[in-house]
Amino acid sequence: MSHSGVDHPRLAAEFVKNDSRAHWHDQALWFVRAKRDKAAQSLPEWETLRERASQIKRNVSANLADYLEEFEANATKMGATVHWARDAAEHNQIVLGLLERHNAKRVVKSKSMLTEECHLNPFLERHGLNVVDTDLGEWIVQLRNEPPSHIVLPAIHIKKEEVGELFHRKIGTDSGASDPTYLARAARKRLREEFLAADAGITGVNFAIAETGGIVVCTNEGNADLGTSLPKLHIACMGIEKLIPRADDLSVFLRLLARSATGQPITTYSSHFHGPREGCEMHIVLVDNGRSNILGSDEFRRSLNCIRCGACMNTCPVFRRSGGHSYKTAVPGPIGSILAPSRDAQQYASLPFACSLCGSCSDVCPVKIDLHHQLLTWRREITVRGHLPWTKRVSMKMARIVLVRPAIYRMAGFLLRKVVLRMPRALLYNPWNAWGKSRDLPPPPKQTFRQIYQQRHGK
Amino acid sequence: MRVGLFIPCYVDQLYPRVGLATLELLTRQGLEVDFPVEQTCCGQPMSNTGCCDDARPLAERFLEIFSAYDYVVAPSGSCVSMVRNHYAELVGDHPHYAAVRDKTFELCEFFTDVLQIERIEGAFPHRVGLHQSCHGLRELRGGRASELMVDSFSKTRVLLESLDGIELVELSRVDECCGFGGTFAVAEAAVSTMMGRDRIHDHQQAGAEVLTAGDMSCLMHLSGLIRREKIALHVMHVAEILAGYEVAS
Repeated sequence: MSHSGVDHPRLAAEFVKNDSRAHWHDQALWFVRAKRDKAAQSLPEWETLRERASQIKRNVSANLADYLEEFEANATKMGATVHWARDAAEHNQIVLGLLERHNAKRVVKSKSMLTEECHLNPFLERHGLNVVDTDLGEWIVQLRNEPPSHIVLPAIHIKKEEVGELFHRKIGTDSGASDPTYLARAARKRLREEFLAADAGITGVNFAIAETGGIVVCTNEGNADLGTSLPKLHIACMGIEKLIPRADDLSVFLRLLARSATGQPITTYSSHFHGPREGCEMHIVLVDNGRSNILGSDEFRRSLNCIRCGACMNTCPVFRRSGGHSYKTAVPGPIGSILAPSRDAQQYASLPFACSLCGSCSDVCPVKIDLHHQLLTWRREITVRGHLPWTKRVSMKMARIVLVRPAIYRMAGFLLRKVVLRMPRALLYNPWNAWGKSRDLPPPPKQTFRQIYQQRHGK
Repeated sequence: MRVGLFIPCYVDQLYPRVGLATLELLTRQGLEVDFPVEQTCCGQPMSNTGCCDDARPLAERFLEIFSAYDYVVAPSGSCVSMVRNHYAELVGDHPHYAAVRDKTFELCEFFTDVLQIERIEGAFPHRVGLHQSCHGLRELRGGRASELMVDSFSKTRVLLESLDGIELVELSRVDECCGFGGTFAVAEAAVSTMMGRDRIHDHQQAGAEVLTAGDMSCLMHLSGLIRREKIALHVMHVAEILAGYEVAS
């Protein structure tokens, strides 16, 4: 791994060091996974829905250009303005331009992973704007001046006592108060002031419907509705993969999304926007930012099917124990470990290896992305591009040299059993023995299986 | 029926008892079983690390060595999955590839699917925790993964439950990964270790005397932790239990 790249093993080890906190994090996410299981179980047609969703998304990928143009035409007909952004910089510039044209100073924003990916908040703040994230979890991490650690549960890594302390410092709640209802009410009161004073509302987009030109935003707090109901300007930011062909398809995705994400039958609010309100403006920014490169790749195209439910994170045994921040990318976890190397394979070379290849993510995914196979494909790609750490490169080459020749294999095995595994513990469990830091090596048997077999069969 | 016995390299070197148990189980069914001594490794460690060029010659050797048999059977879901699901990219155009892929089976699925045997004579009067090794479960579909909303089944469990006196304990997380993951165990040692401890703890709280699995690699990792931490839990491969071996100390 390059020294400048994300060192997932190191960041994960730091997270694991706090054993009780790491277990608390693991259990919090496992609780969500278990809720998801119950919710999925309640639908006899669950597996059929997954297959349908996967097929719809594959159709979208195969015809994305057409669906995007159809969407643009229909959205425009309803009075929305559609913008196209090649990358994060263009996206941020478009949003800034719109805000400046409306002389907007205060902006309220509902959850949008795309704007996280584009680092919109710091960009707007650098230009003198006041941006408030209005999703409670996002607002908490914003007050802490840190990125979300999970795409659906942005503050899942923070305990309620810590939120109490934060709110005490930032918005003057009672010292020592950690009652969730009390804290949520205080946040609600404060955020209401932000909603009332806002000049513009920014939202993400869960689904954009080509056939109608409408967009759908799913929230549990109603903050997308609040943020777009008062200001005269609504800017909706979305990746180009968020398209679905027909309004009918929504029934498939809305049923899968909330059940997979949090185990709810449906999100509390599924807000449909069809053009601007009277006297107002609605702008939709369609962002590529590397997506068409992924679309062009046979191996990784299916990663664009993702509907950002976060189920792969909740189920991932590594994510639950290493925390979202150990991935150093807006979208962490299994899906993030596929998307991030597409942007910069060297920077994110450790992420496809932050995985035991257990395959739970692929089975939990509501749109049937073969996540763990794509992670394996990324490992090969990283090797081909020369980003594999030399230790792994050399050890695999040596293993091959030994294993292609049975005589050398037998000799290496003999050394392992008769010498290495019989060394004094102090020598065997040396600082370079990464296996042996926490685990004993197996006691060496007297004979190998092949020796016993050959003796018995006189071969 | 001529069966080629495919014993993973680390089982050959470190766990001969598992190889012997597999051999005995198959021989008792009246099968002609042969262990081709030229075999070494299927190439999975290299392949999973991304080093296809290092894995390919091993995959080629494997196909050459095992093409002569009617069936190839291994006491490992992970190594069988390598052949069945991942050889295509390495040696997909090899003349023996498709035939060997279709006749290579993990031990338990060979019993239930090929021999159509779901009952093994014998007894194992112990409380057993079954660790569902991930590749046997999700890559070979040897059972229902807990994520999928399909009918429940487990080929390994069916065979174990047919033994007299055995009691399979109920885990709180029925199929969570143990954290071995090949080079993952070393490269991400901290997370790997935590995962392993959590699995062991689940088996302990469920009251297991013996922890078993279809893959010795999971068990090498778990028993490494058990030995280091002096935990009172025995570790045995499924083949050892099915073959009627005594509880190993």
